[in-house]
Amino acid sequence: MAHVFFGYFAGMIAITSILVVALRNPVYSVLSLLVMFFHVAGLYVTLHAEFLAAVQVIVYAGAILVLYLFVVMLLNVKREDRYHSQWRIAAFVCIPLSIEFLVLLSGNMRAANRQPASLPVEPHVSDNTLAIGQTLFSTYLFPFEVASLILLVAMIGAIVLAKRDIGENEAKDMTRAPGAQ
Amino acid sequence: MTVPVSYYLILSAIVFLTGVVGVLIRRNIIAILLSVELMLNATNINFVAFSDHLQDLGGQVFVFFALTVAAAEVAVGLAIIIALHRSGSTINIEEFNLLKW
Repeated sequence: MAHVFFGYFAGMIAITSILVVALRNPVYSVLSLLVMFFHVAGLYVTLHAEFLAAVQVIVYAGAILVLYLFVVMLLNVKREDRYHSQWRIAAFVCIPLSIEFLVLLSGNMRAANRQPASLPVEPHVSDNTLAIGQTLFSTYLFPFEVASLILLVAMIGAIVLAKRDIGENEAKDMTRAPGAQ
Repeated sequence: MTVPVSYYLILSAIVFLTGVVGVLIRRNIIAILLSVELMLNATNINFVAFSDHLQDLGGQVFVFFALTVAAAEVAVGLAIIIALHRSGSTINIEEFNLLKW
């Protein structure tokens, strides 16, 4: 049964991730990425990470992809006609990577499958959210604070980058605009 | 009857390679950022798979940090795209050679 679920989720994730790269229209790319995020969330549920699945749906599918769709529709992106001419470089990078991956995997498949029997398997924690919270606020407290600093820097950076530069002329226009109307 | 962790590694490698190819062959900056998201999700799948395999919650906590970085990257990246579009009125990456010499 677990294999059936894994096969469904893995197949859909692989297909939609290839569609993200292959589709020419950016809106369709974003929508197939949305489908991929939902299936990744389903894969997290099968891996006993329920809280992470909820966070995946809320943050990735709810916040990040809405931001992408907003920018795609704001900029009125047309579909591109052809791919970049760097596809030879892409082939040179990816073919050795995939070959190396296959070699490593065929060598280590037996070792990886044998490993769980030797590990001390703890009884599974029933409350995933409670366990994550305790781990996050005890062991990983300092990285948690650093993550909040990253979010602050990103927020300030996005505001500074995306705001319109108010030069001399535009500032005059902005002060004059309400009086003119 | 559990799924071996090497299957998750295969899935993650497929998604990651798709992301690398997408970064290299797409011309649209938004599509390149989407491919970066694909690569981040591939690493997240690996983290959660090993977290379940080793019965250690550290992997899931690191997915949170990766998600934080992804959110920051999206915010700053889309702000840069909007600034580029405002200055050059295109987001085709072959039009931008300001940092080339």
